[in-house]
Amino acid sequence: MTQNPYLWLIPTLPLAGAAINGFLGRRSSKTAVTTIALAFPGLAFALALWIAFGFSSAAAPYTFDLAHWIRSGSFSADFAFYLDQLSLVMLLVVTGVGFLIHVYSVGYMAEDPSYYRFFTYLNLFMFFMLTLILANNYLLMFIGWEGVGLASYLLIGFWFTKDSAASAGKKAFIVNRIGDFGFLIGLFLIIQHFGSLNFTEVFAKVQPYAPETSGAGLLTAIGILLMVGACGKSAQIPLYVWLPDAMEGPTPVSALIHAATMVTAGVYMVARSHVIFERAPIALTVVAIIGTLTALFAATIGITQTDIKKVLAYSTVSQLGYMFVACGVGAFSAGIFHLMTHAFFKGLLFLAAGSVIHAVGGEQDMRKMGGLRSYIPWTFITMLTATLAISGIPPFAGFWSKDEILWKAYQANWVYWLIGVVTALITSFYMFRLLFMTFWGDYKGIQVDDHGHAHSAPGHGNHGHGEPHESPMVMLVPLMILALLSVVGGLVGIHNGFEHFLEPVFGSEFPKTITEGSGNTEWLLMGVSVLFALAGAVIAYILYVSKPYLPEKIAASLGNLYEAVLNKYYVDELYAKLFVKPLVDGSTAILWQGVDRKVIDDSVNNAADGARHLSDEVRHMQSGNLRSYAGWIAAGAAVLIAYMIWLGVGQ
Amino acid sequence: MVPLSYYLVLSGILFACGVTGFLIKRNIITIFMSIELMLNGVNLSFVAFAAHWHALAGQVFVFFVMVVAAAEATVGLAIIISVYRTRETLNIDQVNLLKL
Repeated sequence: MTQNPYLWLIPTLPLAGAAINGFLGRRSSKTAVTTIALAFPGLAFALALWIAFGFSSAAAPYTFDLAHWIRSGSFSADFAFYLDQLSLVMLLVVTGVGFLIHVYSVGYMAEDPSYYRFFTYLNLFMFFMLTLILANNYLLMFIGWEGVGLASYLLIGFWFTKDSAASAGKKAFIVNRIGDFGFLIGLFLIIQHFGSLNFTEVFAKVQPYAPETSGAGLLTAIGILLMVGACGKSAQIPLYVWLPDAMEGPTPVSALIHAATMVTAGVYMVARSHVIFERAPIALTVVAIIGTLTALFAATIGITQTDIKKVLAYSTVSQLGYMFVACGVGAFSAGIFHLMTHAFFKGLLFLAAGSVIHAVGGEQDMRKMGGLRSYIPWTFITMLTATLAISGIPPFAGFWSKDEILWKAYQANWVYWLIGVVTALITSFYMFRLLFMTFWGDYKGIQVDDHGHAHSAPGHGNHGHGEPHESPMVMLVPLMILALLSVVGGLVGIHNGFEHFLEPVFGSEFPKTITEGSGNTEWLLMGVSVLFALAGAVIAYILYVSKPYLPEKIAASLGNLYEAVLNKYYVDELYAKLFVKPLVDGSTAILWQGVDRKVIDDSVNNAADGARHLSDEVRHMQSGNLRSYAGWIAAGAAVLIAYMIWLGVGQ
Repeated sequence: MVPLSYYLVLSGILFACGVTGFLIKRNIITIFMSIELMLNGVNLSFVAFAAHWHALAGQVFVFFVMVVAAAEATVGLAIIISVYRTRETLNIDQVNLLKL
């Protein structure tokens, strides 16, 4: 089968859904809202599947021109979509996981008064995310990029009456602006030097460049600037601070936007620009270093968090770090592979966490959970699957992709590998800690009162037994499907199948160092990482199940270090001191009191005052006395005549 | 034949009388008559020049001025009547609504 003419419908369908629900949702019934909200992304997913089945590598890459957009001189940017193996993978992940999360949200958000608003935003997000993925030029990609940022802002601040949610939304938006600034400068550089933003054209022009090994040049600058953009969106050091706060949003949002799809946009963008990065080794090294540091750094914070969603948030940051490492060592397909499996298991983890929160009546503190295994068995099984997957236990999905990354990292530099394996140990530890704290032991939470229930589902509110209860089917089915994907999703990576599929995109350009003799090393490394993962699980078991009094002792003996980690290394406080406070003070002293009040306000006020004073003086001429007017006229006429006579005399 | 300067002097005197009357009188009717006086002073000089230079344009202008003066008298008297009806006075100094 050749190119599919309906590609453009995929992003447009969710947009239509968002428009219908956005304009009519307030007045239509909940069933109607649900139907619209599920039908349009569902159709998009079906279309994506259809395209995937008809996809032939021979026809790719394929460009679909929808409409002209900007034509200015030799520069052009169009509404055009670009389909190749890379965007196909992303397309399936986003529409598939996205659709499942939509279904889940029907149950999770069932009793929210702004039900229609939630689905409007969610559909809008899908539209922008699909635009980002399918764009054939950087400018259209940037529209999607900003659009998902907007949707993310709207959804983080979804419960905007809560102050912390509103400020978390703002924080995400502002931190992302910093990254976007770098992204934009990078795009300007590309336009200036290559005269185009079209992927095909830019990459064709970059192709002849030799790798800038000796020193930093143009491509290094572009690469680093693009990476700054990616750091913002994908929550890497130093711009990761917004993601943990973003957990203020509803849990399905955390799953869809802040775990499975949007935050991986940075990785996608770096992978898409691989032609540029391959010729800028310094930029690649920076990517790899940032990735490793983020992976380790975020994982250590994850150990101490007690909020179930915060643990997952730091885990997401850490896993995104892995993807950056993969891109940084030139193993783009491994990065995309991990992106895909991560979308499955991290999406699942968040949804399962949502199901847990739902079960215990809105409580997010893991210390108040425990023993939930018997109350919510389905949630437990799916969450266990996801935990095994993220910890890298074979044969679950995470094992394949993480191992691929670690192997590629080892080939580049063993330091990356070492940190990666240590991070894997920590990952496994904090994930099993989460699992044990939540599902083992005794239930320590309050007895759930169904009336005080934040998100209890309809038909589930009349148990009256006040115990944690399982979520409705509409939430459990997406969990099960994602659990299945978390189990088998990694199998596409066997025999480098996934890598071969993406080869037309990334080419055989990245270093092919897989030699015959290294087979044993690969097995050895794989064994080590599995051992480390198991060790993490065992340590977690010892600390949180068999000897639950130990963690406090360890925390006490570590003292300040523990305090620092618990408080997220005081990074937020540091940023507040370094950037936020000077900015706020500067704005207050100079911009507000100085420029705004002293210059702008005063100039306007003084102009008005001056006019008033002047007219106060001259208004006395307008006495209303007709004879005085006549006198002035006569006097004026006399002066005029005198002047004319004087002129005549002058002649 | 009477020299041109006589006419001009008379015209000037008439105009000056009009101006003076306009400035010092308080009664609106008198002021109005002073305006007519000024107009006719100007008319006289027009006619005098026309006769002196044997040109008809001056005479034509006089007709224009008379027509305008007639129209002005109509409107002006109407205003004066309505002013009198509302304020019950013709003293110009008391008709000063526009004063601040």
